[in-house]
Amino acid sequence: MRQIAFYGKGGIGKSTTSQNTLAALAEMGQKILIVGCDPKSDSTRLILHSKAQNTVLGLAAAAGSVEDLELEDVMKSGYRGIRCVESGGPEPGVGCAGRGVITSINFLEENGAYDGVDYVSYDVLGDVVCGGFAMPIRENKAQEIYIVMSGEMMAMYAANNISKGILKYANSGGVRLGGLVCNERQTDKELELAEALAKKLGTTLIHFVPRDNVVQHAELRRMTVIEYAPESKQAEEYRTLARKIHANSGKGVIPTPITMDELEDLLMEHGIMKKVDESIVGKSIAEETAAVH
Amino acid sequence: MNQNADQILDHANLFREPEYLEMFEKKRKEFENPCDSDEIEKIREWTKTPEYRELNFQREALTVNPAKACQPLGAVFCAVGFEGTLPFVHGSQGCVAYYRSHLSRHFKEPCSCVSSSMTEDAAVFGGLNNMIDGLANAYALYKPKMIHVSTTCMAEVIGDDLNTFIKNAKAKGSVPEEYDVPFAHTPAFVGSHIVGYDNALKSILSHFWEGKERQPGEKINLIMGFDGYTVGNIRELKRMLNLMSVSYTVLSDNSDIFDTPTDGQFRMYDGGTTLEETKNALHAKATISMQEFCTEKTLEYAASKGQETVALNHPIGVAGTDEFLIEVSRITGKPIPQELEKERGRLVDAIADSSAYLHGKRFALYGDPDLTLGLTAFLLELGAEPVHSLATNGGKEWEAKVQALFDASPFGKNGHVYPGKDLWHMRSLLFTEPVDFLIGNTYGKYLERDTGTPLIRIGFPIFDRHHHHRYPIIGYQGAMNVLVRILDKVFEELDRKSNVPSKTDYSFDIIR
Repeated sequence: MRQIAFYGKGGIGKSTTSQNTLAALAEMGQKILIVGCDPKSDSTRLILHSKAQNTVLGLAAAAGSVEDLELEDVMKSGYRGIRCVESGGPEPGVGCAGRGVITSINFLEENGAYDGVDYVSYDVLGDVVCGGFAMPIRENKAQEIYIVMSGEMMAMYAANNISKGILKYANSGGVRLGGLVCNERQTDKELELAEALAKKLGTTLIHFVPRDNVVQHAELRRMTVIEYAPESKQAEEYRTLARKIHANSGKGVIPTPITMDELEDLLMEHGIMKKVDESIVGKSIAEETAAVH
Repeated sequence: MNQNADQILDHANLFREPEYLEMFEKKRKEFENPCDSDEIEKIREWTKTPEYRELNFQREALTVNPAKACQPLGAVFCAVGFEGTLPFVHGSQGCVAYYRSHLSRHFKEPCSCVSSSMTEDAAVFGGLNNMIDGLANAYALYKPKMIHVSTTCMAEVIGDDLNTFIKNAKAKGSVPEEYDVPFAHTPAFVGSHIVGYDNALKSILSHFWEGKERQPGEKINLIMGFDGYTVGNIRELKRMLNLMSVSYTVLSDNSDIFDTPTDGQFRMYDGGTTLEETKNALHAKATISMQEFCTEKTLEYAASKGQETVALNHPIGVAGTDEFLIEVSRITGKPIPQELEKERGRLVDAIADSSAYLHGKRFALYGDPDLTLGLTAFLLELGAEPVHSLATNGGKEWEAKVQALFDASPFGKNGHVYPGKDLWHMRSLLFTEPVDFLIGNTYGKYLERDTGTPLIRIGFPIFDRHHHHRYPIIGYQGAMNVLVRILDKVFEELDRKSNVPSKTDYSFDIIR
């Protein structure tokens, strides 16, 4: 059994990318379990064609305790038999979603959700924000982490931060960075930047997924592109990504995250950001005019 | 005031002096916003009614006086049963002070256990530095042979990963690379102390057993589980096995550390299962657990290594001990010696002698799942009627097992089993379906005071009576101790209810 995880900034297209890739892996005959670790619970909707699946924590709250749950209650089967579980979480502003991830994963392991699958894939919210969201990268969990990013500054910042999280666990355990997946946002010099960041992090850009409206059309139907338009060019892109991930087993690396300054330098190098003239920082127009005269 | 340096009153009497009574009354009136005492009396009476009981049993979100403790307490209890082992709890100091005092108050012995002293910084930044410094300090100061790490809620909520932390601490040189630091995540808000015991024991066994090849031998492993009578029980266990000439390993033998002698030498560690024995326990023919619900994961793990496993439920009484000895005999091929058979006969004789005083007596009991199973079985054997059997940390499986005991005996026909309920539920039960005696731990004294049901102290913790833990309750000898404890209370009650001169003294008998 191989365990992988998708991390990345919120809204980057992590869930879309992961579900399409996993659907392509299922096409290749792999038995897959998806564990959504995001309180938004949207990691499985394209596979299940449902708005949002009942979550482990949602059902546990209704039943009174996690111990009252049965695996059948929380695990649903979708496209090509892909097993789906959403960890869920508390309502915004209360409780601890990180602990929720730990509780859910423990429940799944103890109740045999992992039995007989080839792949377990964790889809994890945003940044590595606390210890709970790092649960999927603990020892004996995900072996490779794939970071979904784009050419936007904040997505790259998040990718770097996630690498820091992986590094914390990589030195003492088996977790590795599998690579970056760039989900095209059509920003300037996106491919170039993504490759440059991958190099800095000591890894590779495993695939550049081009933007295509067919993804949105499929999403409206709560489907993956693989299922909605299997003949499309975009479906082929996801198949390529799936094949690359499948072949990437054991090839992950210990990442070499960079500092914020280095990240800014990288953006300047590619002309995305202009060098800041330190002498003008914090000066109003009036002050600047006065300085000239 | 009647107290001065020459005449100091005990607090029990001091606070009954008029000046104190006056002060309390004033405080009540002026500061406590008191309710009308008739109203209080009315409510008190209402809480005794079947109507209140019905509402009480509909409670969903509130627990009042649960008869259970949290996981790390069980983990600490288990860890001290290994040679030179220091329990190290990753979390806040206050939690660890609680485990130590709880065990000390029961066993009247010091309990050595350290914490990683997590504070607000650690909650924000993670407790890695606390682990690094904590392990280094514990290792340097207390020179343990092994450190066992468990966790409190705080470390669990923020998701500290013990595996990574301990590896990092070793890399930083806190303890040598090859030094034994088994660990178990023991979130206090999951399960209870019996689950913590299970997690800790499994973590220690897997630490020593993983990656090793098992070569099945003749020895057997015995696990006593979380047990307030560990001192007496483990010694009794060993005595019986020695009489049978069985070679065995007690896994987590904490009988000595909770009973160190006063001879001028402080023993921070004493006795315990040696690390060598623990390693070799992998090769055992079988593992017998005296308490099934304390060892669910541990037994599963032992079975996965190819060992036969046997799970008992705190065997108390004739049939329970029979089953235990028959299982040991079957596994080891050693016959049950005549000496034990004689002990059995003596126990049966004692039960028969006292039968008239026990027959049909109604009992309520609560405690850990295995203990209540053992006691329920024994009460049925005595011809007493266990009416209410309650375990806050008992689940569906426990419920089914208690029910099966009830169903198999004519004395069980009035029996009801209450999984997951607390002592406030028990209070309602005692008022609405009264019994003759209550069996439980020290906290039962509040129920005794409230409901007037005489309490027989058997369980954990027993804080307000001394040295009970030295006397076994398992085996034929242990059953004898339990029998005597129950009978003492039966006779005391008979005396208490017949002691009015010229009125009830026709039955204030010398001979019972």
